Amino acid sequence: MSSDRLPRLLALVPYLMSHPGAEVPEVAELFGLSEKQLIDDLQLVWMCGLPGHTPGDLIDVSWDGGEIIIDNADTIARPLKLGVDEASALLVALRMLGELPEFKDMDVLGRVIAKLESAAGEGAATVSAQVQVEIGAAPGAHAAITDATRRRRRLSLRYYVPGRDEITPREVDPIRVVLVDGRHYLEGWCYRAEAMRMFRVDRIVEVEVLDVPADPPAEAEPMDVAEGVFRPSESDELVELEVTPMGRWVAEYYPCEEVAELGEGRLRVTLRVRDQSWLVRLALRLGENGTVVAPPSLAEQVADAARQALANYEHVA
Amino acid sequence: MSRRKTERLLNLVICLLATHRPLSAEQIRQAVPGYDPDNDEAFQRMFERDKNELREIGIPIEVHKDPWDDDPGYRIVREAYELPEITLEHDEAAIIGLAAQVWQRASLAEAASGALLKLRAGGVRADLSPSPLELRVDTRDPAFPPLWEAVRDRRAVTFGYRRAAGESVLTRTVEPWGVVSRRGRWYVVGHDRDRGASRVFRLSRIVGAVTPIGRPGSVTVPEGVDLRAMVGYQEMGVERTALIRVRRGTCLGLRRAAQELRPGSDGWDEAELTFSDAEWLAGWIASLGSDAVVVDPPDAREAVIRRLKGALQ
Repeated sequence: MSSDRLPRLLALVPYLMSHPGAEVPEVAELFGLSEKQLIDDLQLVWMCGLPGHTPGDLIDVSWDGGEIIIDNADTIARPLKLGVDEASALLVALRMLGELPEFKDMDVLGRVIAKLESAAGEGAATVSAQVQVEIGAAPGAHAAITDATRRRRRLSLRYYVPGRDEITPREVDPIRVVLVDGRHYLEGWCYRAEAMRMFRVDRIVEVEVLDVPADPPAEAEPMDVAEGVFRPSESDELVELEVTPMGRWVAEYYPCEEVAELGEGRLRVTLRVRDQSWLVRLALRLGENGTVVAPPSLAEQVADAARQALANYEHVA
Repeated sequence: MSRRKTERLLNLVICLLATHRPLSAEQIRQAVPGYDPDNDEAFQRMFERDKNELREIGIPIEVHKDPWDDDPGYRIVREAYELPEITLEHDEAAIIGLAAQVWQRASLAEAASGALLKLRAGGVRADLSPSPLELRVDTRDPAFPPLWEAVRDRRAVTFGYRRAAGESVLTRTVEPWGVVSRRGRWYVVGHDRDRGASRVFRLSRIVGAVTPIGRPGSVTVPEGVDLRAMVGYQEMGVERTALIRVRRGTCLGLRRAAQELRPGSDGWDEAELTFSDAEWLAGWIASLGSDAVVVDPPDAREAVIRRLKGALQ
């Protein structure tokens, strides 16, 4: 087992002391262990104790019938204090929460931060002030959406899709409101797409909370946002672009299938593209700093679009 | 870590916590099972390693050196070891639960869940009932963990950095004052030693490893420094107004952002848009193709034409 076993045991024993009769499955889940691993931990703890190591010195553990009882472990009955990293991770996150409109006027955050700072010591308070996560002002629709999600009400949206430059009406059963990488999203069952969708809250042009209870179908599962919100699908077209140093931001900004250095700061990036018109727009934006290499038909479309746009400037000039 | 070693370390922690007076290495050797009773050198090495491992997980081992005694004594002082009593109200516990799930990646995610586990072990009933609100902050830049550590330990760092437009990677030596996430991107703010001035660096443009240099504690963060303002300052500029012709029924996003919108008679409307960076505006308008035309100012108009010509090739 890994080297975090000792810290785990030093938390497990106090947990069991403060929760007498805790059940094996529930404790295993809390500590991220299988039941077998937990029993193995308990067996190990049972072999340890005060110097002398006579039966009276050893920690007493039993888990008959699945209820864990621990005794004779007074020396390690309290958990180890929080490390600087541990306390700072929570403090930075708590300060970030304070920027959300939901928590702005609540004194609860201040109370938690004060308690945690006093439990953690000075180091953590300092570090956590030096690491800051700024949340942009929540878009106007945010409060109404969060409230509707809590109350499980269906929403009627007008939603702007920049890739197609359209505003589309949608009815959505909200599942949750997510903040990922500094942006707010509504995730819910979209009746227009008949699928789960993520909506950027700042692109919701209008929102109306309907007097209809949200009733998403059983298959409406929230997505795992651990790898980011945008996950291209295997069926999307593969497009190759070459960009100059000024166009390198593309590789930072969009999830790429492949990024190859071409020397002198140039890159070849391979993207999966669902919507060709989106890529045409990207290529026009890049201008001299990007070239569509493949497929050739798409390169043609970009050139056509550029020619038409340039014609406007000849007329007006 | 082997099971025997975990057992030995746990016994060592219990032994050092239980004792009121400091224990010499020899006394510890007798009291804690698992140390070599015959080979002194092997015992010394193992004991040193064990002490280091305990310190690494944050266990404070106190060393006593008495002038009349050759051997130092060791113990763990309970007050320095234990999490103080902490009681949270129901609403406070719910918020800690929400905060603990914010971090997504290894180092901080582990730290946050480790903290939550300790709090629970200490009797705090953290509420993890599902909330409709989910907050995630990513630290996927490989430069994040070493910079966090450098800020924590107040150490200077060096790293390779590629500026936005430049193609060459230059080595920078920086005394970090803090790291800030803005619009989902991480920045490190600090004193750039080579330039003798404060600078802001984007983590995604750091190339290769971030190496700490110098002693921990050697960086002093200036009193009252506003990290966010420094990161924000980068993005600000003088605001100007552009006049854009927009084909009727198109460019909905631009219309939403416009400060003013005047219907025209020839199938085109006129929009006024504030901007600070002409190149940024030109990128946006170029992306709209033949549906939008910059009329004014001339530098933005030229920038659009240059981009469109560039896209022709």
